[in-house]
Amino acid sequence: MSAPFCDQTLLLQADFDGELDAAQAAAFAAHRRICPDCRRAAAEMGILRARLKREASYHRAPERFIRALAISTSVAAAPASTRRAAPWRRMAASFAAGAALAASVALILAPENPGLADAVTSAHLRALQPGHLEDVISTDQHTVKPWFDGRLDFAPPVKDLAAQGFPLQGGRLDYLAGHAAAALVYGRAKHEINLFVWPEPGADSAPETESRDGYNLVHWRQDGMSLWAISDVEKSQLADFAALWRQSP
Amino acid sequence: MNQRPEKADRQAFEAAILPHLDAAYNLARWLMRNAEDAEDVLQEAMVRALTYFDGFKGENSRGWLLQIVRNAAYASMKLNQGARSVPIAAFAGGDEAPAHAELSDPGDDPEIALLKSRASQGLDRMLADLPVELREAIVLRELEELSYKEIAHITGAPMGTVMSRLWRARRLLIEAAKTAGDGP
Repeated sequence: MSAPFCDQTLLLQADFDGELDAAQAAAFAAHRRICPDCRRAAAEMGILRARLKREASYHRAPERFIRALAISTSVAAAPASTRRAAPWRRMAASFAAGAALAASVALILAPENPGLADAVTSAHLRALQPGHLEDVISTDQHTVKPWFDGRLDFAPPVKDLAAQGFPLQGGRLDYLAGHAAAALVYGRAKHEINLFVWPEPGADSAPETESRDGYNLVHWRQDGMSLWAISDVEKSQLADFAALWRQSP
Repeated sequence: MNQRPEKADRQAFEAAILPHLDAAYNLARWLMRNAEDAEDVLQEAMVRALTYFDGFKGENSRGWLLQIVRNAAYASMKLNQGARSVPIAAFAGGDEAPAHAELSDPGDDPEIALLKSRASQGLDRMLADLPVELREAIVLRELEELSYKEIAHITGAPMGTVMSRLWRARRLLIEAAKTAGDGP
């Protein structure tokens, strides 16, 4: 026990990782009270964990993989010649071809900079996965706005448009095309609208609409912020949303 | 057969994979340590996942995908021996090395030093410098928050080995961070 380091290290670590059952944890707690080595090692592991969370790079999948996956799984019909092949072989083939094509096109055209509309679309698709939509769930702009303090180096404008039929649902942090961005989530009937906001110097600009993969997008610049709204609501409704948001104080 | 069941299958594949694409790439990126190789590995893993998807039983799609990514990464490393990590000398003993690393002198206020050592670049570098078996264990535990059991499943190592790898990875990072904190 008084060796260079306590011999209960793996137990200590399992306790730290929440891997002990109640009885084991209770037994270990007794040891921990009398073992300074274990207490110090636990504190160090805690600091390391916090630093890894905060500082270690988390590498998100490049946009083209998300798009390639969507493309491969939305292919309407396979060519007749492959109709007898096992479906997954065929899918594998079509995916491989799609991904390889996407890769070569990306390499030739724009390795570093997929269009912003593509990046916004991918971020939206990702956000629609269960549990990914909001980090702070609140319909109150006075809760959502302070939540971003300390998480971003800018203060995103947060507006509630509930009275106009677009209730605020929450917000989250996102990262797209090299920007840390605030993502505000609004509801419209059963649909979600993601509004991405990040600082961008320049004069205010009028909304421009486009569409990607069946989603509608509206982009404008206002008060030094770049704003991208994206949703599967109809184009006219999304345009209404953008207009209301711009005029709202 | 008509297209309907296939469409459902495709959707099932997308639903199983898409939520874990970031985790898959993050693992590939930390194993390969550069973006280009990581993208090759992820692409290979996606093709394998598609090929084997009919054998997938439907539970824990994240573990299933990460195991495929891990195997693809190791296959790629074996192909290009140059990409292998050089084990840090003190820990070159592999899994047989003792689990308890020595702590530095208690008098040197290690927590302050650990807190002081700065910059994500520093921590990223230290993580990248770990031997690959230790690196994958700590990435899966701390960045993906997986349990010992899941890590054992993905890496194909016994639980005890996972625990000792994790411990050694943590001690190495803690000591490296302290050293960096003491430096200029």
